[in-house]
Amino acid sequence: MPSHSFTLNGKRVTVEAPADMPLLWVLRDLLDVTGPKYGCGVGACRACTSHLDGDEIQPCVVPVADCAGREVTTIEGLADGDRLHPVQQAWLDCDVAQCGFCQPGQIMATAALLKKTPRPTDADIDRIENVCRCGTYSRIREAIERAAAGR
Amino acid sequence: MARQLSRRQFVVYSLAATTLTVAAPLGCDGSTAQGAEEPADGDRRASDVLVTGTDAEMLVLEVTPANKVVVRLPRVEVGQGVTTAVAMMIAEELDARLADVDIPLADARSEGNQFTGGSSSVSSLYGPARQLAATARAKLVTAAARRWHVPARTLRTRDTRVFAPDGRSATFGSLTRSAARITRPTVPTRPKPASKHRVIGRPTTRIDARDIITGKATYTGDLTVAGAKPTVVARPPTLGGKVVSVDSRAARALPGVHEVVRIDGGVAVVADTFHHAFQARDALRIKWAPGPLANLSDSGIRSRLRAAVPKLQNPPPGSAQTEAEFEFAFVSHAPMEVLTAVADVRAGRAEIWFSSQTPTSAREDIASAIGLPVSKVRIHVVRGGGSFGRRLNHDAALEAALISKKARRPVKLMWSRADDIRHGRMRPASQHRIRASHDRGRVVAFAHAMSSVSESSGKQGLSAQGGVRAAVRAPAAAPLPSDSGLYNFGRLSGDSGSVDLPIPLGAWRSVDSGTVRTAQEIVVDEIARGLGKDPVAFRRTTLRGKAVKAVLDKVASAGKWGRTMPAGHAQGVAVHEEYDSAVACLVEIDAVDPKNPRVTKVVMAADVGTAVNPRGLQAQLMGTAVDGISTILRAGLHIDRGAVRESSFADFHYARQRHAPQHFEAHILPSDRDPGGAGELGVPAAAGAVANAYARATGTKPRRFPLNF
Ligand code: FES
Ligand code: FES
Repeated sequence: MPSHSFTLNGKRVTVEAPADMPLLWVLRDLLDVTGPKYGCGVGACRACTSHLDGDEIQPCVVPVADCAGREVTTIEGLADGDRLHPVQQAWLDCDVAQCGFCQPGQIMATAALLKKTPRPTDADIDRIENVCRCGTYSRIREAIERAAAGR
Repeated sequence: MARQLSRRQFVVYSLAATTLTVAAPLGCDGSTAQGAEEPADGDRRASDVLVTGTDAEMLVLEVTPANKVVVRLPRVEVGQGVTTAVAMMIAEELDARLADVDIPLADARSEGNQFTGGSSSVSSLYGPARQLAATARAKLVTAAARRWHVPARTLRTRDTRVFAPDGRSATFGSLTRSAARITRPTVPTRPKPASKHRVIGRPTTRIDARDIITGKATYTGDLTVAGAKPTVVARPPTLGGKVVSVDSRAARALPGVHEVVRIDGGVAVVADTFHHAFQARDALRIKWAPGPLANLSDSGIRSRLRAAVPKLQNPPPGSAQTEAEFEFAFVSHAPMEVLTAVADVRAGRAEIWFSSQTPTSAREDIASAIGLPVSKVRIHVVRGGGSFGRRLNHDAALEAALISKKARRPVKLMWSRADDIRHGRMRPASQHRIRASHDRGRVVAFAHAMSSVSESSGKQGLSAQGGVRAAVRAPAAAPLPSDSGLYNFGRLSGDSGSVDLPIPLGAWRSVDSGTVRTAQEIVVDEIARGLGKDPVAFRRTTLRGKAVKAVLDKVASAGKWGRTMPAGHAQGVAVHEEYDSAVACLVEIDAVDPKNPRVTKVVMAADVGTAVNPRGLQAQLMGTAVDGISTILRAGLHIDRGAVRESSFADFHYARQRHAPQHFEAHILPSDRDPGGAGELGVPAAAGAVANAYARATGTKPRRFPLNF
């Protein structure tokens, strides 16, 4: 079986896995990194959203082979030790989560958005595709604005 | 475990333990449990009966030597915030820091109230939880008084410690052993009056918020149970379809595949990872027999439903009529976390992990399905990634147990999203016929007849199992239209019919009220329009209840009812009363493109009695607003020749950020009443308000939901 090496949340990892195995299952089933959630497996719900070289990806549709030599960041790697990432802090301040299942993906999507677009407009926020079945959207919007304002 | 009756309040027990451990019985429903909050020295009241129960029925509080307060909660956390609300009740009465209170979920018990549903959790726990903590506090204070040889009444409690007037202090943890031996506390064990509340009623962040945002919160699929391998099931293309034959050679030849087993609902594959499991599933060559609905599609279901709507009563002679018929499609619960269960079934015992609203009945059903006595089946209740009623049923856990038994190994079963959407459960499709009769500007009769699909009994594959029993479902049932009596509408009548079909159904947040009351609120607007009256003014003069009028007034003022809107935009309003609570919703919609409307603003107001955590309550209302927007505008399921057409969030159009209001606010009206229900409350008001706003913006009469489907 081919082996793949990449950086995961700052640490070098090597896994043996079929080249077409989606990163999501590599993370969850082989590396026991369970922050990225399965919500559909087809790129539609975005619950699995993580970063590849700082850009948003949906690991359920990214083959592990595509990650070789690159940097993968999941929700577990977003904070700086005990210091929360500003987006996580905003999420905490706004008490965004309900069941919480979509929130790792929501936070990772927002962190990637703010990196490219530090001052997102309403329309930018509307373009976020992540589903929240609990309907936390208005608190998500509030938290994004809060994180963007650097409060 | 010796039980001893506290003298002052027979409803709280001291459990013989080396640490302070007290227990309060939980009633079979909210009202009985609430009896526990009032001390009734020797006076045998209704709640007294519960004292004969076993420890398993109790809400148990333990103070650990490490200064943690642990209450094993016989409810499930699925996002509604029950663990936070209970932690707040405990922290309030104990004067503990919220961070020192842990609320793990209790394993399935054999009896007692372990039901999460019908928006009953907070109301059923409010009395027992506070009484429990108040008793524990009194014992801790008494223990400290003995240690320090000072009168107990001079001591104060704060931050999980007892303080003496001279400044000495001791943590609860350091007192727990001596407090365990106190049988007669020397300070009162009564819960605080509401005026003294410092935690209850204060907007509070979820106790698990940090775990969630750092990815540490653990759901069933995240558990590591020794040897439990990823498992998926190949399911039939149609609802209730059956395996005729299966050729599993290619699948078994794939790497990482452990087992292929045939079960009622299809063919299960156990593999090293979910990737391997899905690949092997797709390599199975299965011949399917079509399910029992293979000749039925939406149009056929609709016409059968229409025929099943009972006749409306004759209108009063001389009255004029406003009549309307409504259709609601099937709706998936689609909780964000798909159904997942870990099962380890051995020869003489079984252990199952999953998120369940009804673990007691799940345990019985699973035990009987795998042929073990109930006492040999352990069920660990795990936090759920949403539910909306879906976890009242235990289809996946039952299936996992059967697969584990057959494969002779522990399994971690996951339904794919497509499994979840295509094989149920769902809110039943329904049809409604409503007639309001008016005479000289007054409504003199209101008749509502409906029909809905009900799940035919008889074994239709696994999906018919793990159903909600009548007794469990009862608390969630909505009032019949005939007895709602929300409005002063003269003679009320209602009747319902059903079409029995082998479709896996389930109670969906707010159950029947989600359609029944929504349809009624649309008709209320149409009556007002017919009479030339403003929808808010008309409601204000015809609603009966004070609370519901107050919430209506609140949204009308906060939401600036009647403000001028551009063409194609409009406001809409609706109200609802249930679970001893009242709610109103005002929405603004942009329907310039009627095919692509956007709710831009939502203002809600609720009176739920005492709001334990106003921030959590606002979150619940926000969730119901998005449910209303989704089910009215876009989200539903089609049935094509016996199969559900949708299969993911790409085609089941639950709202995303671009469909959610840019502005949301929820006002909580102050109240000293005991808590009512809140989790499901907002759905009919939100759905009704969205439909009414759409009608006003487009000049149409919305009749079929979702509107853009
Ligand atoms: S699981 Fe990756 S997008 Fe849904
Ligand atoms: S918080 Fe439950 S799905 Fe978003």
